[in-house]
Amino acid sequence: MNTPSRSTQDPLWARLILISLTVGFLVFFLFVPLASVFAEAFRKGVAAYFAALTEDNARSAIRLTLSVAAISVPLNAIFGVAASWAIAKFSFKGKSLLLALIDLPFAVSPVVSGLVYVLLFGARGLFGPWLQEHNIQIIFALPGMVLATVFVTFPFVARELIPLMQAQGNDQEYAALSLGASGWQTFRRVTLPNIKWALFYGVILCNARAMGEFGAVSVVSGHIRGETNTLPLHVEVLYNEYNFSAAFACASVLSLLGLCTLALKTFIEWRAGLRRRSH
Amino acid sequence: MPASLTSAARRPRSILPGFGLSLGITLHYLGIIVLFPLAMVFVKTSGLGFRGLWEALCTSRVFAAFRLTFGLSALAGLINCVCGFLVAWVLVRYRFPGRRFLEASVDLPFAMPTAVAGIALTALYAPNGWIGQYFKLVGLKVAFAPPGILIALTFIGLPFVVRTLQPVLEDLDASQEEAAASLGATRWQTFRRVVFPPLVPALITGSTLAFARAVGEYGSVMFIAGNMPGKTEIVPLLIVTKLEQNDYAGATALAALMLVISFVLLLTINFLQRWRVSRPRP
Repeated sequence: MNTPSRSTQDPLWARLILISLTVGFLVFFLFVPLASVFAEAFRKGVAAYFAALTEDNARSAIRLTLSVAAISVPLNAIFGVAASWAIAKFSFKGKSLLLALIDLPFAVSPVVSGLVYVLLFGARGLFGPWLQEHNIQIIFALPGMVLATVFVTFPFVARELIPLMQAQGNDQEYAALSLGASGWQTFRRVTLPNIKWALFYGVILCNARAMGEFGAVSVVSGHIRGETNTLPLHVEVLYNEYNFSAAFACASVLSLLGLCTLALKTFIEWRAGLRRRSH
Repeated sequence: MPASLTSAARRPRSILPGFGLSLGITLHYLGIIVLFPLAMVFVKTSGLGFRGLWEALCTSRVFAAFRLTFGLSALAGLINCVCGFLVAWVLVRYRFPGRRFLEASVDLPFAMPTAVAGIALTALYAPNGWIGQYFKLVGLKVAFAPPGILIALTFIGLPFVVRTLQPVLEDLDASQEEAAASLGATRWQTFRRVVFPPLVPALITGSTLAFARAVGEYGSVMFIAGNMPGKTEIVPLLIVTKLEQNDYAGATALAALMLVISFVLLLTINFLQRWRVSRPRP
């Protein structure tokens, strides 16, 4: 953007007041809470901090969080690529309805996202008796938590890819096909390199939400310590036990994850010239 | 473009392969993960019958939860409308040291897990917290009271308004402002009559997005709310409480109502975005 000419420039005093108001507001509203996480985490010293992170329940919570993300993020990435291929490369009836339905999980409260799977797979749910007969546990176990996480992170990759692929059009793919490439070769050699940054961007956002999700996972987890507690749920348990410094120590790990996500996201925006967008 | 015309007119017999496969994956996955489970909520709710629904929803506790959730979410949307506009304006219009850093940090509420935001805000605004102690001096209880919920809901909604407004602000045509200035308008008149009106649709869209997010928010609120039934209990928390008490009927009925409200909000937002796009550009 060019620097505005003098006629459209706000007076200096107005600029100064508005800038200081904004900086003050953001510092007070965003940075103070972030700083307080780390201040509380280290309140009892560095040794206590690392003890809280390496304790058995914390380690199993970290492991579970990583496993849930490792399953649900690739699933949503594959779905995102498939959905954007169908939607951006072809025209068909009901496309705008499909687009709206893909966005649906963002509009649903996380608590309801968890509840729907309890209604399906819980002891008194639709498939409950059958699952019990065959001794399969979904709710209060890993599969349920993966399902809830997949639900809440469902649109992330797709909605990054669809607008980009629509804007890029089909010309390059047509060229590749007419030169004798197979469909799969065209996708791998032409489409994938074109969308790699957007794909990476979507995966990062998806992963951050998957690892940090609280509401949906909390409904299906059953809160069994050392077994079905993800890191955000472990934070809650510690907090409710008034074990504040341990709770904030685990929270600081999640905050670091958030900060890394922000840094990577900003880097990709800068690298690929993607436009940021709200979700 | 003949290619896009023919493919729009007929079935997508485009020369690109993989339509059936990709659409098949999309529809099955969408159906299994999202649509079928959501439909279950309505099936279970209709099984309750009119009386069951009435008994589940028409209690003073449910009314209080809805009043609190929607009242505070609307207020948070309004606060975000003002503060988000200020932030977006300053970030787009002015150049100052640290601007890029602030610009990136606006997404912090998206990036921070909600539970982390929840305990951080609670610790800050509790009566013995960094900020709460000063509110305590003037006799205002923030955490474990409605003002605390309002702060959490405002926190998680801020990026929506800023991020919706930013691109529109960046695309504004400077020549109109120059024209207004050269015709003798004061800076304030130019702002009010020329700059602000095209921003209104984006401002409303962003605030509605923030409102929709606030209505369903759980993680950041449950710590700071205090969760007193009838006083500081929000609807998502009430759903969880009912579920934990094995009151499946009550939880399902509430979930169905919340889903209907989310659908309406989603439609509103889609409509607002279409309005924004279809507005004639200068």
